[in-house]
Amino acid sequence: MSTWHPLCALSDIPANSGVAALVDGTQVAVVRTVDRTGREAIYALANFDPFSKAMVISRGIVGSKGDTPFIASPIYKQRFDLRSGACLDDASVSLPTFPVKIEGGRVAVQA
Amino acid sequence: MGTKTLVVIGNGMVGHKLLATLIERGEAMRWNIVTFCEEPRHAYDRVYLSSFFAGKSAQDLSLLPTPTFYEDHGITVHLGDKAIAVDRQHQVVTSAQGRTIPYDELVLATGSYPFVPPVPGKDATGTFVYRTIEDLEGMMAHAKTSKVGVVIGGGLLGLECASALKNMGLETHVVEFAPRLMAVQLDDGGGAMLKRKIEALGVKVHLNKNTTEIVKTPEGRIQKMVFADKSELPTDMIVFSAGIRPRDELPKEIGLTMGARGGVVVDDHCRTSDPHIFAIGEVALYKERIYGLVAPGYHMATVVADQLAGTSAPATFTGFDMSTKLKLLGVDVGSFGDAMGATPGCHVIGFSDSRAETYKKLVLSADKKTLLGGILVGDASAYGQLHQFMLNQVVMPAEPEALILPSSSGKPAGMGVECLPDAATICSCLNVTKGTICAAIDADNLTEVGQVKACTKAGTGCGSCVTLVKDLIKDTLKKKGITVTNHLCEHFRHSRQELYHLVRVQKIHTFDALLAQHGHGEGCEICKPAIASILASAWNEHVLKGPHRPLQDTNDRYLANIQRDGTYSVVPRVPAGEITPHQLIVLGQVASKYNLYTKITGGQRVDLFGARLEQLPPIWEELLAAGFESGHAYGKALRTVKSCVGSTWCRYGVQDSVAFAIEIENRYKGLRSPHKLKSAVSGCARECAEAQSKDFGIIATEKGYNLYVCGNGGMKPQHALLLASDLDGPTLLKYTDRFLMFYIRTADRLERTATWFNKLEGGLDYLKAVVIDDSLGLGAELEAEMQHIVDTYQDEWRTTVENPEARRHFRAFINSDAADPTVVMVSERGQVRPATWDEKASTLTTASI
Ligand SMILES: Cc1cc2nc3c(=O)[nH]c(=O)nc-3n(C[C@H](O)[C@H](O)[C@H](O)COP(=O)(O)OP(=O)(O)OC[C@H]3O[C@@H](n4cnc5c(N)ncnc54)[C@H](O)[C@@H]3O)c2cc1C
Ligand code: HEM
Ligand code: SF4
Ligand code: SF4
Repeated sequence: MSTWHPLCALSDIPANSGVAALVDGTQVAVVRTVDRTGREAIYALANFDPFSKAMVISRGIVGSKGDTPFIASPIYKQRFDLRSGACLDDASVSLPTFPVKIEGGRVAVQA
Repeated sequence: MGTKTLVVIGNGMVGHKLLATLIERGEAMRWNIVTFCEEPRHAYDRVYLSSFFAGKSAQDLSLLPTPTFYEDHGITVHLGDKAIAVDRQHQVVTSAQGRTIPYDELVLATGSYPFVPPVPGKDATGTFVYRTIEDLEGMMAHAKTSKVGVVIGGGLLGLECASALKNMGLETHVVEFAPRLMAVQLDDGGGAMLKRKIEALGVKVHLNKNTTEIVKTPEGRIQKMVFADKSELPTDMIVFSAGIRPRDELPKEIGLTMGARGGVVVDDHCRTSDPHIFAIGEVALYKERIYGLVAPGYHMATVVADQLAGTSAPATFTGFDMSTKLKLLGVDVGSFGDAMGATPGCHVIGFSDSRAETYKKLVLSADKKTLLGGILVGDASAYGQLHQFMLNQVVMPAEPEALILPSSSGKPAGMGVECLPDAATICSCLNVTKGTICAAIDADNLTEVGQVKACTKAGTGCGSCVTLVKDLIKDTLKKKGITVTNHLCEHFRHSRQELYHLVRVQKIHTFDALLAQHGHGEGCEICKPAIASILASAWNEHVLKGPHRPLQDTNDRYLANIQRDGTYSVVPRVPAGEITPHQLIVLGQVASKYNLYTKITGGQRVDLFGARLEQLPPIWEELLAAGFESGHAYGKALRTVKSCVGSTWCRYGVQDSVAFAIEIENRYKGLRSPHKLKSAVSGCARECAEAQSKDFGIIATEKGYNLYVCGNGGMKPQHALLLASDLDGPTLLKYTDRFLMFYIRTADRLERTATWFNKLEGGLDYLKAVVIDDSLGLGAELEAEMQHIVDTYQDEWRTTVENPEARRHFRAFINSDAADPTVVMVSERGQVRPATWDEKASTLTTASI
């Protein structure tokens, strides 16, 4: 059974951007969004970009397509649904996601 | 080799065409062919003679597909040997070098020579004609010690010659005897418009001038010209271009029938009065007329080839359409058919616009049904269509003036994507054609670039074709009657231009504020960097300042260029490419210390590759200590201003291109724009810095600098256009300030200056009006906006390393100081390179991905 790994304070992640975390040797992109109404959300998905085969997802731009929140790979700009990891530009590709929570202002992922 | 002998006198353009046609038809094997060539080299392309000044070599201009083309086909060429006598009775040709060649058939292809009016002093040192490569070599040598050049003759060739003199940096004059320029092709209105346009380009035109004397210095050099009206013009160089005369001395001597004013008379088969002698090209007179263009000459060559081959239905020469369209000194001129309106009963429609500097005229038949001819000056874009209408006798619409009036809907001035053929490759990375893309847009009703990418893969490589793809979508949908908007994305129902305006006018300083007031949703990877760029162009705050940071693409976010393996490259600024030995050593030391791959870029600086995120700030610190600063290679911003070595060292240089390039690079460094900006400064017309391929490029002249704009290398190369000539430094910077800010204000997202220009209604004239004449009254505002950028410049690297809050983002992991273990380098050619995926897969455990 995977365990929760404490990572950082929520405030260490600037609003609407991502950071990379090393969790038991696995690279995880942790993304924090704050929408225009001020609502917070946190997501965790693989940092590995299957298109460029580089560990870069956390360095992408965060945005929305309709109601779908996404992060776009900084290399070739494919967009991934932050909730499911599904690639919005290529239905055959999707990123693994990880459980993530905010507790007492701190972020933890399960991996 | 054949049994009968054919002798061709003259190996110019038309003589060559005859030989090439005979070879192509296999006739070269049936004949024993001998040709005399007075010039020291085989036939070359006289039509493109002027390109010799632009650096083309005699070899480049040669018409022979291979140097041994004639020999390979059994043709004997006597180079540098002139035919001096013909014995018609015994059918023998004698040459200057003493060859005697008996012939069965003889072809005269001796061309013409430039007419030099019998003016006293016409042989002064510094007088030239414009016909052969040797003439041009002489002109080039003499121009080096000249300041002023005069062309006598304002015809087509004279103006081409004027263009050459001007490009050699001379103060250029055209002296014309007639009351207008191009008297053969243009009427008074057209000639006047042409004069106005080329005078605006700095060529002085003197009409109604009859040269009576060329005054020489005691050493025999030209001093000045004197005209019949007693006025004078001092000059260092004169080129005669006062018409051509047939080289008909041989035929005259042997008693062939000649025209009253020269030329060998020929019939419909180009046969002279001697049945065994033909004449073709500019020496031949057909129905009282010499045809001084290459196309009719080529037609004559095929007519004679038919005769020699004994073709059963031989072609005939019965005159030729002398319509022309050309660019003289950058001015479009077209003249076709009965341009002067000489046909009895014809109707003339004219349109002249001194603002747009265009003159257009149509000549209609007496029944107003068909087009007989016309003249176009300043804008000859309708030439192809009108010429086709005339040739095919297309019935004219009820209001034919619509064909030449500017359309009120304002059709785009440049060539849009609609002009590209379906076979044109749009995405060269994945080899996708326009046809494929348009078919996909059409079939699946695609409206977004993302959809086109998914469907066709176009734009998924280096991405440079995305603007074209966008234009194709617009164009295709428009053709289907679907209206398309230029909204930035789903979050902003405004174009980039509108958003720029809103940001400026409402003094909006953050993305969130703009989104709250004018947007929808949360933003995306399209609008965030675009608006970050607009904010930077307007207010010039640090791109990593709190709220701006998450808007930036990864390059701007880490002030470095991301590479395929997720590492970054570092490019310090090296203004104009000038670098001290000490700085070079520091670059080497830093690269060695951090194990970086080094490469010289095309932008005259050094790129250090393979830096990991956490290495960037310490690398910058070491570079900053050696006096380097950010080169903004990562930004849609000014990149480099390249320079040649210039007058300090170069023996040809006329200005210090390095110093000026440094000044320009330092002025505009850090300027954010819709796309990257490149510039260059060359120290003289030789253009070693390739300034004409830049967004703005500068070429030094004797008197200052010429400013070129909207050039582009890359996928769709485009030459920059001359915006203004002979500027002093401050004026040039003023124009550049205005030009750049006007571009930043009005361009679409990720639109280079060349693409922007192609869509600009009104084209170059409009741009000149805005930048030079300040027609929009924006000049002072644009300059002030630029001055703000210059005054608020900061080195983004320095600000970042000095700010601990900004620095803390430069680490691989939020929860560990470890380096990214998936970044693996291997060695190649003595340096590192990123390991390929296969190489990595063998060293990394699957757990790590
Ligand atoms: C600068 C320039 C620009 C031009 N631009 C255009 C243009 O844009 N469009 C266009 O249609 N036309 C243009 N022309 C005109 C075009 O070049 C001529 O129409 C064409 O070259 C004529 O070909 P030709 O063979 O009759 O004469 P040439 O090309 O002059 O060839 C005649 C050759 O015969 C040689 N010769 C003469 N006498 C003898 C002899 N006795 N023995 C041996 N050799 C002899 C000459 O030395 C010469 O090499 C231009 C001409 C010039 C000079
Ligand atoms: C839109 C298409 C283009 C793309 C996507 C592109 C991409 C890039 C990238 C990513 C770099 C940075 C390399 C690095 O340091 O990591 C770069 C640098 C460079 N590119 Fe291009 N390029 C394009 C068009 C061009 C064109 C048209 C030219 C030349 C006419 C050109 C010339 C250069 C030069 C000279 C550099 C080095 C610049 C410097 O010293 O800062 N590129 N290009
Ligand atoms: S540097 Fe430019 S030309 Fe070279 S591979 Fe990259 S995008 Fe293509
Ligand atoms: S462009 Fe520059 S380097 Fe080239 S010849 Fe002129 S001054 Fe010299």
